[in-house]
Amino acid sequence: MRIGVVTFPGSLDDRDAARAIRLAGADAVALWHGDHDLHGVDALVLPGGFSYGDYLRAGAIASLSPIMTEVIDAANRGMPVLGICNGFQMLTEAHLLDGGLIRNDKGRFICRDQGLRIENNTSDWTNGFAADAEIVIPLKNGEGSFMASSETLKALEGEGRIVARYIGGNPNGSLNDIAGVTNARGNVVGLMPHPEHAVEAGFGPDTDDAMASGVDGLTFFTSVIARSLVGV
Amino acid sequence: MPTIVVEVMPKAELLDPQGKAVAGALGRLSQTQSALANVTGVRVGKRFEISIDGEADAATLAAVRELADTVLSNSVIEDVVGIHVQSAPSSAVA
Repeated sequence: MRIGVVTFPGSLDDRDAARAIRLAGADAVALWHGDHDLHGVDALVLPGGFSYGDYLRAGAIASLSPIMTEVIDAANRGMPVLGICNGFQMLTEAHLLDGGLIRNDKGRFICRDQGLRIENNTSDWTNGFAADAEIVIPLKNGEGSFMASSETLKALEGEGRIVARYIGGNPNGSLNDIAGVTNARGNVVGLMPHPEHAVEAGFGPDTDDAMASGVDGLTFFTSVIARSLVGV
Repeated sequence: MPTIVVEVMPKAELLDPQGKAVAGALGRLSQTQSALANVTGVRVGKRFEISIDGEADAATLAAVRELADTVLSNSVIEDVVGIHVQSAPSSAVA
């Protein structure tokens, strides 16, 4: 399986995302924001960072990049797309996901290992998790507070489209403790925390067993690979 | 050169952490500047000044209105609170 990672001006986590893809067992393909070409990839990751310095709104200018025409087309045709942090912000700005992200409620940038409960284990990116699995992956952002109208929230909750919820305290004021959502089809997922930083022992969050041994993020990437093999 | 001004504010019902931080600083200033003591809150928004060639005619204004709703603001988290035309880009008030 070939998974593309799009680099925008100001992307930071594109190389970590590519590394996570390789560790999960797929080929990572570097894509460029200014191209109109997905190079025939089977899935896409929009990585974290501060594209365009978060000017206008986080993710807003990137969502108008040339390559986003192809990304939006592919997503609407059912290609798996994962947006992490700034990538999640881009997906909401591109109207591929509901809701929006605003500044953290306490006004602070937050960087810490964060507990999550995976509440949707049927999406293209989360099907490898057990029901209601509790995981720990890093969270690092200044504008991660998820907002949506009450009708949108009701729809997200009612249709099981909350992919992940914060546990052990809401870090940023997100409504209903929402850390990630998906679209109705389950192929587009947006996540504020960073699975790509918890994929290799020695570099992940601490666990009860050993320091820095947490690799809970790897399952997002193995999920999409497993789904491609069954050809659903 | 006519300038079309678009003003965008965070939705009133959402928390505005930036405004809150500024209000907190004003609260500290008010301890030495009593004239600030009756400030009760601050909200921070955005102002865009779009310079155009020629006249700000109805078609241009309609296009800018569309731009304001779709690009300059995100209706999930913000409202466009004003669009008006002025004769030139703003300069400092006397």
